[in-house]
Amino acid sequence: MDAIKIVTPGGYSTIQDQGRTGFQNMGVPLSGALDQFAYHTANLLVGNTTLAAVIELTVMGPSFEVLSAMDIALTGARMNLSVNGDPKPQWCTIRVEPGDLVAIGQVESGCRAYLGFSGGPDLPRIMGSLSTYVGGRIGGFSGRPLQADDVIKRNGSGLLSSPWTLPDEYIPEYPTEVVVRAIPGPQDDHFDRGMDTLFSSAYMVSAKADRMGYRLMGHNIPIKEGMPGSIVSEPSVPGSIQIPPDEQPIILLVEQTVGGYAKIATIISADIGRVAQTTPGDTICFEKIGLDRAHQIARDHHDMLARLNTLF
Amino acid sequence: MKTSDSNPVFRTAGDTGLIAEFGEGIDPVINARVRAVARGFASQMPQGVKEIIPTYRSLLFIYDPCMVSPDILMDLTRKMKDTEPDDITAGRMVEIPVCYGGEYGPDMDNVRSSSGLAEQEVIQIHSRPEYLIYMVGFTPGFCFLGGLDERLFTPRLKTPRMAVPQGSVGIANNQTGMYPIESPGGWQIIGRTPLRLFAPERENPFLYRAGDSIRFIPVSDAEYHRIKQEEQG
Repeated sequence: MDAIKIVTPGGYSTIQDQGRTGFQNMGVPLSGALDQFAYHTANLLVGNTTLAAVIELTVMGPSFEVLSAMDIALTGARMNLSVNGDPKPQWCTIRVEPGDLVAIGQVESGCRAYLGFSGGPDLPRIMGSLSTYVGGRIGGFSGRPLQADDVIKRNGSGLLSSPWTLPDEYIPEYPTEVVVRAIPGPQDDHFDRGMDTLFSSAYMVSAKADRMGYRLMGHNIPIKEGMPGSIVSEPSVPGSIQIPPDEQPIILLVEQTVGGYAKIATIISADIGRVAQTTPGDTICFEKIGLDRAHQIARDHHDMLARLNTLF
Repeated sequence: MKTSDSNPVFRTAGDTGLIAEFGEGIDPVINARVRAVARGFASQMPQGVKEIIPTYRSLLFIYDPCMVSPDILMDLTRKMKDTEPDDITAGRMVEIPVCYGGEYGPDMDNVRSSSGLAEQEVIQIHSRPEYLIYMVGFTPGFCFLGGLDERLFTPRLKTPRMAVPQGSVGIANNQTGMYPIESPGGWQIIGRTPLRLFAPERENPFLYRAGDSIRFIPVSDAEYHRIKQEEQG
């Protein structure tokens, strides 16, 4: 049934889910929600399975007309949310009725917010996923960001019997200075003092920061003397920190598959969302950790999400 | 981070990625070994492995660290590395019709003047080889091909285009390839194929995979339009 009619689309609003796995060997990037924790909770708060898609909002939120009764929840970056002009909180279930006007404003902290709604968007799965990959014009709503007058249908007609609120201890802060944990490699042997520079200085997020990658600005990271700066082209994982010839790091994200520059280190999967919640001008510092510790963090993160599932 | 001195070389790509490198350079024999090991894994995908991505000379495993440890993947890879390599000629041959020059090949003049060849010679030399697909990546269906005749080596455009049309066929230094989707790019564009190289709504969205070979077949403008109509129908 019809769920939402977009009035103003916001900065860059796309349908995203867990990502499109299984086709990176054919050059199809992962895509998906950049902040997977906020994505997950946006679904939980409206009673969806975590496989449903949500709308990823960037810096400026959309406004939309509600076409049928449903539950919505806004998670992630802090943005002003109102229903018919009445301010509403984030990280909880909100019941809306046909004719309601929902307005989501400018970001106050963080960068990306996630709007979940009952049933999730009813759109065709492309290669197993609803995620929008704008570069390839596939997935989501016609393979593009949402525009005014787009009407999004939802799956099913169910509503929650009572609203939910995420307990405070789970709600993250989105500071303008973040520390993210990274493991040296895969091409750590291409660097010597550049490795020390990466892990001991602060980098500023440049204006070139999107779902493909974040270009950073700060102390130069030189390649080790005698080592080539480029490598035989190979695929990358989200969070790879690539060093191009200008020696300024680029964090590769989810719409990137193959690159030919050496990658000095890789941000752990649990911290990708922290990167995605920074905006140009914010500061990122890197903390070096080993693989064993990173795997312990991944297991703890997995357990935390499992506990969260049992709350609802 | 190199985690083993024995062959293959393993590298850590974060908490969910493991790279197994089977050699240093771009080489059909190394690439055939990569594909043989990839195929061995594909027939019995280890638990906890989400994707195995073959490259020129390595495999990238994407794994769930809550389900499998990289040590297990390294052991399996060492056991698998003595698998018989792919016969280099074992892949399929895929023919790609190309209308060369004119509006479809805006940089044909650059390639002509850089090579000192006539347009017909450029077309003949470019459409003669069987190009091995070493790797697919970058954009959906973009293939990294080996085997360009060195007479056609041409540097990239000084200023990349903001949008190269879908289906464009180009040259960049010692490489040749195609743009399956419209994307920015700096390759010298010499022609265009009417085939849809990435058709996400089809059961198999792609016409080829790594290990197959490609041959470009020159076609006329009329033939280009006929095939294009078929593709859209």
